[in-house]
Amino acid sequence: MTPVETAPAIRKTALNAVHRQLGAKMVEFNGWDMPVEYPASIGCGIIAEHMAVRTGVGIFDVSHMGDIRLAGREALASVQHISMNDASRLAIGQAQYSALLYPQGTFVDDVIVHRLGDEEYLLVINAGTREKDFNWVRDNTRDFDCAVDNLSDDYTQIAIQGPKAIDLMCKLSQSPLRMEGTAGDSFSFRSISFPDVSALKFYWFTPGQIKTTNGGHKQNSEFMVARTGYTGEDGFEIYVPSDETTSARVWNEVLDVGKEFGAVPCGLGARNTLRLEAKLPLYGHEISDTINVWEARLDRFCKTEKPGFIGREALEKARAAGITRTLVGLEMVERGIARDGYRILNIDGREVGYVTSGSPAPFLKKNIALAYVPIEMGGNGTELLVEIRGQGIRAKIVPTPFYKKPKRT
Amino acid sequence: MSYPADFKYTKEHEWIKVEGNTATIGITTYAQDSLGDIVFVELPKVGAELAAGKTFGSVESVKAVSDLYAPASGTVTEVNPELATAPEKINKDAHSAWMLKMSLKNPGELNSLLSAADYEKFVAEEGGH
Repeated sequence: MTPVETAPAIRKTALNAVHRQLGAKMVEFNGWDMPVEYPASIGCGIIAEHMAVRTGVGIFDVSHMGDIRLAGREALASVQHISMNDASRLAIGQAQYSALLYPQGTFVDDVIVHRLGDEEYLLVINAGTREKDFNWVRDNTRDFDCAVDNLSDDYTQIAIQGPKAIDLMCKLSQSPLRMEGTAGDSFSFRSISFPDVSALKFYWFTPGQIKTTNGGHKQNSEFMVARTGYTGEDGFEIYVPSDETTSARVWNEVLDVGKEFGAVPCGLGARNTLRLEAKLPLYGHEISDTINVWEARLDRFCKTEKPGFIGREALEKARAAGITRTLVGLEMVERGIARDGYRILNIDGREVGYVTSGSPAPFLKKNIALAYVPIEMGGNGTELLVEIRGQGIRAKIVPTPFYKKPKRT
Repeated sequence: MSYPADFKYTKEHEWIKVEGNTATIGITTYAQDSLGDIVFVELPKVGAELAAGKTFGSVESVKAVSDLYAPASGTVTEVNPELATAPEKINKDAHSAWMLKMSLKNPGELNSLLSAADYEKFVAEEGGH
């Protein structure tokens, strides 16, 4: 018998008390008690938070994301076996978007694969699929000489997103952040030095240094700063130790240092509208265990020329047979907001598909949606109807991503 | 949060203010706070008949859609034209950003609605803030 990981009833990140102090509106998300938005009294609310990320910088607690480490002689072979992108192309310090697939070519989850060392990889996975993913990864790497560890509870993950995230990070790296431990902490003193990230490229990461003292015992360790995110902007994700003292100290410092760049705390509401404008998929919506890679239009992250990985065979067959539906971007033509799960009708009123994610787009100031429709109807400009409270409201297929960050010089 | 004493309230978070035979309707500050940024309000046209307790429109925030329930029966006489282009006025001041006015069919219906004090107690129990 192997112990199977199960999810507890309701989980909190190490920053839960900090969010509540800020007056965040809390909601349950995939079993987590998370901030959906912060109050208007501190300049927040979904729209303000969304705009801060598009024009300045926003700070998100994304500690609910999971982390799986694969380490050992066959770490690369096991990552190659369980994921669809080609991890052999990664240098140490580099990351890639990828996905874990079922044998039928549908999604276990999407992941970011980080190459930590010669024989060491870190998969960052979704909150709602933590246990499923870990059990699946462990079960499918048994034949490899590779240790699989669930590090999900070890990190507080903070995302710093927006065109001014780089300015915030540069300022943060100027002096180390010092903190004293209190009763219950495993340290009496800790100092965190943020790395210089001015030359760090998108989808690369670099370590910062942590010096920890506990009584007379001193210890040096590292933490990860990655230039990644889920907003369609430039930005960073930092992974610091998940004790409450360190987590709160880092979060507060990031917000403080960020003040001059207009930094605001951002909740899951803005995280969703930002990723939707950028057409970044969300598990359970654009991708799931019943949707395959070609339908989701994630072709460029799927390297079928790579030797056998789980799902490859089925995907080759599906490509040869041709897919019947495709993910498209919709813009509402008439007044109305498409929401997740709404039905898509053709112009004659016959049901032809469904909305996977739909919302007002605060930066674009349009009502947009992602939807699955029959492949023959998937061309740009095609007019369709979204059924909103019993009425067919006109929408048209538009090129995606809806939003693309401007090129900066 | 203060709720005007001369309004009556529903458990679905609408307010109603009566002057003579005319009533003005909106949603409460508690409702706008729960909804978050309001981006779209769908209201009936002038002349439409509203039935107490039945839906008469909807209000949408970035996150969600909520139905609006008529606090009383009557005929719509005026719709706030500002909300079509500036629905965020409800977030700024829910108790003055009215949605519609109507002539009441049966003013006696108002007796079953909540007073400001009772509504305040009701939302304190429901939401804790």
